[in-house]
Amino acid sequence: MRRLRIASATVAATTVLLATATLTACGGGTPTTAGGAPGNDKPTTLTYWASNQGSSLEDDKRVLAPELRKFEQQTGIKVNLEVIGWPDLLNRILAATSSGQGPDVLNIGNTWSASLQATGALLPFDDAAFAKIGGKERFVASALGSTGAAGKPPAAVPIYSLAYGLYYNKQRFKEAGITKPPATWAELVAAGKKLTGDGKYGLAIEGANNAENAHHAFVFAKQHGADFFDAAGKARLDSPQAVEAVKQYVGFMANDKIAAPGNAEYAQNESIGDLAKGKAAMLLWQAAGRQLKARGMKPDEYGVAPVPVQSGAPGQGANVNSMVAGINIAVFKNTRNLDGALKFVRFMTSDAEQKVLNSTFGALPPVVSAQQDPAFNTPELAVLRGALATSAAPLPQVPDESQFEELIGTAMKDLFADAAAGRPITTETVRKRLSEAQQQMPK
Amino acid sequence: MITAVRPDRRGRSGAGGGAPAAPGGAPGPGGRRRRTLDRLRRGGLPYLFLLPALVMELLVHIVPMLVGIAMSFKELTRFFISDWSGAPWAGLDNYRFVVDVNRPVGAALLQSFGITCAFTVLAVGLCWLLGAAAAILMQDPFRGRGGLRALFLTPYALPVYASVIIWAFMFQHDNGLVNHVLHDQLGLTDQPSFWLIGDNSFAALVIVSVWRTWPFAFLILMAGLQTIPRELYEASAIDGAGVWRQIRHITMPSLLPVNQVLVLVLFLWTFNDFNVPYVLFGRSAPSAGDLISVHIYQASFVTWNFGTGSAMSVLLLAFLLVVTGLYLPLTSRTRRRRGHDARVS
Repeated sequence: MRRLRIASATVAATTVLLATATLTACGGGTPTTAGGAPGNDKPTTLTYWASNQGSSLEDDKRVLAPELRKFEQQTGIKVNLEVIGWPDLLNRILAATSSGQGPDVLNIGNTWSASLQATGALLPFDDAAFAKIGGKERFVASALGSTGAAGKPPAAVPIYSLAYGLYYNKQRFKEAGITKPPATWAELVAAGKKLTGDGKYGLAIEGANNAENAHHAFVFAKQHGADFFDAAGKARLDSPQAVEAVKQYVGFMANDKIAAPGNAEYAQNESIGDLAKGKAAMLLWQAAGRQLKARGMKPDEYGVAPVPVQSGAPGQGANVNSMVAGINIAVFKNTRNLDGALKFVRFMTSDAEQKVLNSTFGALPPVVSAQQDPAFNTPELAVLRGALATSAAPLPQVPDESQFEELIGTAMKDLFADAAAGRPITTETVRKRLSEAQQQMPK
Repeated sequence: MITAVRPDRRGRSGAGGGAPAAPGGAPGPGGRRRRTLDRLRRGGLPYLFLLPALVMELLVHIVPMLVGIAMSFKELTRFFISDWSGAPWAGLDNYRFVVDVNRPVGAALLQSFGITCAFTVLAVGLCWLLGAAAAILMQDPFRGRGGLRALFLTPYALPVYASVIIWAFMFQHDNGLVNHVLHDQLGLTDQPSFWLIGDNSFAALVIVSVWRTWPFAFLILMAGLQTIPRELYEASAIDGAGVWRQIRHITMPSLLPVNQVLVLVLFLWTFNDFNVPYVLFGRSAPSAGDLISVHIYQASFVTWNFGTGSAMSVLLLAFLLVVTGLYLPLTSRTRRRRGHDARVS
């Protein structure tokens, strides 16, 4: 009997250990001490994590491969490229930060700059580092404003600049008798109602995509006179103005019914496909051109207009109509090829590369001297450039920013799910979700 | 499993091929040393064979687990993730924080725990029921039995990611196969349902989990059935027992030891399942399908506070240890009692 009990206990303990170890291992891993000083003991190779800028990860590889070969010819340094999709990028960077095993050079969403800066995983771009990549004054000032907390050396430098625009299907507008794109939200809802019917909808929304949701929440909150962070960097997600802002955006589906309920599930850029196919007539997006082309929509089939405002014309304050969107390039502090990494950043931000990469990806160069190139005078980029110049605001560069994006993005995803299920979206329901998100913010 | 605990010396020395101690060796220091060495060689060889497995077990399971436990006592926020050793000790603060059900983090954890319990009971129950039904129906040979067995085992053989992502496509609201059949073809619902968001996500999770895991129950129970002597059934048939009586009085009691382990393993796998919910719903699971493993992952990565995330993991580990610690002795006692009753009657 006793033997049996011992055996049972052994079996129990082993099974539980085996079964739970997987989970604990998620948070575990060998704690390699990170934050070590950068070195130069691997001078011939670099690992580069690129973000997804093209129509697919493969598309990005195709675009970047010839440029990386150029770099290898110039410097003899071989660059190992990995393109990482947006849903995974931040977690991969976190994992690299905690293990100390990461790339040498990487792209980050510019809104994460201050959060990642706080971890100490990225090389600060002090004057010496800037000198090696050609100087701070090469970059557009507004883009440099989204590279880390104010008063600290930037954690990264800008590589692609983007802004939101209102993309619309010209054919659908013509059929509905709409002659000019809406300039205010009231006009957008009115147009959307005309465009909705027969299984087609006015607006496409990426309802389950946390980052998209958070970006829109930021702009709508600005338009309602709210900021999600106060001057001290403390978050306030559930102010009455913020509640109204989120309610207005989710309301396009819930109350105005100009977006398909199915959009509540969208997180893989399905909304771009809907615009290309005419299933939806309007979309708020940053530099959608290349992705629309990949889905079979030619540049003359869609128009781009500034994102609407509550009233009046786009500007600052309550008439902000875009975030200062963009991608930054950073050097991982643990790099073992510091000189090579800085050479690579210099190469990627050089005039020639800026022209090639930004024009291919449909973005604007954040480098002053490259912006003048005629390649960036398309009607689409004119709208995005206009927004960046006059009516875009940067997301707050505070350490809690990435947590804010995740939490408010998830709250809005849940609200879209409620709307899709036919539940009412009221001031009260929105406040409840936002308060829950607020309470999860780090203290 | 039980007999393996008792070391069989004779068997081992035979397997180890150790030479017998020198016969008639003169007693003395040299002889004693040789005997000791000899004994060590014979006794130590099996442990030598076990050593690589032990080292790997330590590396892959035990060490990360201990690190995880250590992390749960640290204030491992984003300011320290690049230098773990620099993180200050937090004592029991992380635990206090995650079990405080009056605050949102604790309340969300409790809710997730409740959902996971309900999910586990339902999924394990269905897996067992399906597995047992299929195994019993296929106990007697018939044409095509082998083919059917192979077919039934397919979900278990497929890679998790590939099969679950296909389920995710099928559950899509707009273009999914499930809505196409239920709504477009059969007209069972007024409008297409959402499966991956909202309340139905719980049902979607149970369906995919049962689909994936029941073949395992089927496989194990099928193996268990092979050990029941045919004579028992024949004798009972002569005594006039019908199929249900046979199942109740022969099949089920004979399967008890198999069931004991099977249900435990299914429970642990299902309770801890990370792959299915993560592939099905992505990072932020809908609240109705918020299983605890994904919840912990999400909580850690949203706040970048791996100290509280580890505390949640350790609590989960403790819960599973307690459940298993109670389950095995309790079920073993029942088994013994039943065996005793059977002998007496």
